[in-house]
Amino acid sequence: MLHYIGKRLLHLIPVLLGMSFIVFFIIRAIPGDPAQVILGQQATAESIAALRNKLGLDNPWYVQYFEYLKGIFTGNLGESLRTRQPIFTEVWPYLAATFELAFFAIFLAVILGVNAGIISAWFQNSWFDYLAMVIALIGVSMPIFWLGLMEQWVFGINLGWLPTSGREEVRDPVSAITNLYLIDTLLQGRFDQFVVVFKHLLLPGLALATIPTAIIARMTRASMLEVMRADYVRTARAKGQKMFVVIYKHALKNALIPVLTVIGLQTGMLLGGAILTETIFSWPGIGRYIYEAIGFRDYPVIQSGILIVAFLFVMINLIVDILYTVIDSRIKYN
Amino acid sequence: MKKGKKYLLGFVMLLTMTLFLAACNSDDEDSSTGSNTDSGTTNTDSGTTDDSSSSTPQVLVFGRGADSVSLDPGIVTDGESFKVTQNLFETLLNFGEKDTTINPGLAKEWKVSDDGLTYTFQLQEGVKFHDGTDFNADSVIKNVNRWKGGTEDDFYYFNSMFKAEGEDIIKEVTADGDYTVVFTLSRPQAPFLKNLAMSPFGIASPTEFEKTGDKFGDNPVGTGPFKFTEWKRNDSITIEKFADYWQDGLPKLDKVIFRSIPDNSARLNELMAGNIDLADGVNPSDGKMVEGNSELQLIERPSMNIGYLGLTNTRAPFDNKLVRQAVNYAIDKQAIVDAFFEGRAEVAVNPMPSSISGYNDALSPYPYDPAKAKSLLAEAGYDGKEIELWAMPVPRPYMPDGAKVAEVIQKNLEDVGMKSKIVTFEWATYLEKAKNGEADAFMLGWTGDNGDADNFIYTLLDKDNIGSNNYAFYSNDEVHDLLIKAQSETDENVRNDLYKKAQEIIHDDAPWVPLAHSTPLLAAKAGVKGFVPHPTGSDKLDKVSME
Repeated sequence: MLHYIGKRLLHLIPVLLGMSFIVFFIIRAIPGDPAQVILGQQATAESIAALRNKLGLDNPWYVQYFEYLKGIFTGNLGESLRTRQPIFTEVWPYLAATFELAFFAIFLAVILGVNAGIISAWFQNSWFDYLAMVIALIGVSMPIFWLGLMEQWVFGINLGWLPTSGREEVRDPVSAITNLYLIDTLLQGRFDQFVVVFKHLLLPGLALATIPTAIIARMTRASMLEVMRADYVRTARAKGQKMFVVIYKHALKNALIPVLTVIGLQTGMLLGGAILTETIFSWPGIGRYIYEAIGFRDYPVIQSGILIVAFLFVMINLIVDILYTVIDSRIKYN
Repeated sequence: MKKGKKYLLGFVMLLTMTLFLAACNSDDEDSSTGSNTDSGTTNTDSGTTDDSSSSTPQVLVFGRGADSVSLDPGIVTDGESFKVTQNLFETLLNFGEKDTTINPGLAKEWKVSDDGLTYTFQLQEGVKFHDGTDFNADSVIKNVNRWKGGTEDDFYYFNSMFKAEGEDIIKEVTADGDYTVVFTLSRPQAPFLKNLAMSPFGIASPTEFEKTGDKFGDNPVGTGPFKFTEWKRNDSITIEKFADYWQDGLPKLDKVIFRSIPDNSARLNELMAGNIDLADGVNPSDGKMVEGNSELQLIERPSMNIGYLGLTNTRAPFDNKLVRQAVNYAIDKQAIVDAFFEGRAEVAVNPMPSSISGYNDALSPYPYDPAKAKSLLAEAGYDGKEIELWAMPVPRPYMPDGAKVAEVIQKNLEDVGMKSKIVTFEWATYLEKAKNGEADAFMLGWTGDNGDADNFIYTLLDKDNIGSNNYAFYSNDEVHDLLIKAQSETDENVRNDLYKKAQEIIHDDAPWVPLAHSTPLLAAKAGVKGFVPHPTGSDKLDKVSME
């Protein structure tokens, strides 16, 4: 097992290298000069040239690329061209905000999706099954942008139940410790703030969870239907075991393996794909951090940001692969 | 099966309860966190348990489109940064409350020598920086020397305003006693005082910038009505009342929180939900809805911008003056203003708005006259070649919806026999390509920095600025001579005449189709009092209060 993990981690090196190479060139292929963007419409040619020189943008590409690689290997992700802050220290609050949102969303998606899938499978062809699958179909095809604005309009403005943007009540801000606000508020014993933070999570979390919920529900349903036809489930049911036990002890464990793959993939997608949700809900996360950096041609931030997301994506998939062996002891990695 | 149904029921109930709980909670929430906690914090924070107004917490949440880049006013160039620094720092001179006339600031009075080379400023006494440092002549000198000593990319605005052809316009700054500063210039500069009043020249605490160096932007210390408290990047910036502020009774607010909410509609949603008190950048199409809501007020920012259709003067067919004039006749500007600016704009005639000194009001706009346009095109021998029409990809105050305006222009041009293809690029790309002269006709605009004619006409249309802001590649030596002369002319009347003459020539040369001077909109809760939007876009919040 350790051997396997080691091997996977080694594989990570060429993946990330390739990734860094591609990102490096793609962002330089788009026109638009960072010096120009930083200095704005007013800038003169001389000041742009001076800034390019200062930022090292007038070096040949290979010099820039190797400087960048050297930085990564020494744990230095570079400095934002725009804010002139080291990315390493700047990135964590953004990353934490996205983590909180993404994990909340995937949590919602798993709870809602898996249960909806189970019920649909159990009561196959019932009204619930049809309803759930129609909703799931709508869920996969729903544009997040539209859904987000609708949620704000219904729950935020018309009903006034939930806040529509940001992570906290700005008039009573959370003092950050880990930057994961749910945890920070609990650590400080501010239960009132915990509730506020939780409520801020609900709408963006729901918007972000929609697609994964739909996919997980459909996957679980399909997988459960298959498993429920298996002999051991029939045996268990014939023995008169309680439905709850049949589902959760016997069927689900096996049905969950393909579902787990989907969950892993979706979690990765959420980390990278939260940009739209983060924009609509003004969520200060990594998606918006990278998105804004693109507008400003902030090369180091784009490069390092994407690399971090890619790294997490690969790591999550590794964790999923390891979880397989925990769930199903027949799966072994050698 | 019975158990199954129970399970289903339980699941549905759980869902309903979550939503219900969220809803109930939010009601309590609004009353407790919304105001009580606030007033609690405010009162303890400021220590000023103000008489009558104590019932409404004096906290303003200002929603805007983007975060600041840095809070060191000297190094930044973006409006969002100035919106905050304007309240942390003060300049030697101030603009008027609603215009760009010159008023006292940290300097209470000033004298200009006859040759326009020496400016003597008498400073306010008893002013302190937020860190306790005294404000005096020495601190002004240290600030100017800091800007002078920095490179062009460090102190962009200083270099662009106070340097010409590599030479420092401010030759030296000396003290004459503790509270008198003398600026000696190397050549007369007409907009010198207006330049000094710009946000980038906010006076910073020398103690702090000497200590923190290039980290000063994270620790801004000025003499302004508010001092810096906290910055959560891409989220919010909090500033609070400076108790030792030198102007009695100001500021009225205890705290201002600037929140960045990128999407215009989402920001307005936040205002309607009561989570922010003031929203910048309201879409013209939402104006009526705000006006119809008794809990909100619509605020109009005085216009100091121009939205235009640039015609690249070096590219066919726009290298022909007759074609450019024809396009000016062909476009129905009034219809564009009515449809896309909701009438909240003025049809443009000149490259600058009429509020700016030197505006030529003797000129009238090219009327909408397709027949005239057709005959001019025929006279010019236009070959019917299709042009590229560049549409702005982002809304700007001077152009709320580039794509739609482009469609109208396309139709107008088609009516007179000029075919066009609408193209667009991502914003940074758009600017770069247009600057390189790759566009035939492109939409763009400009918001003035200091309310001076030079900042519009010279910046946007002088041959010196080709490759910079003169995206149209317009070059006319006569205009150039007039503009250069105006830069060092200190007699306001003579100067205005020079600009009027330049506008006449430009009007005839028609390097652009000037479209509109728009009125940017803001919206606020009805209880926000005393907010006066400034044409430069950087608002002073010292007189704002909450009722």
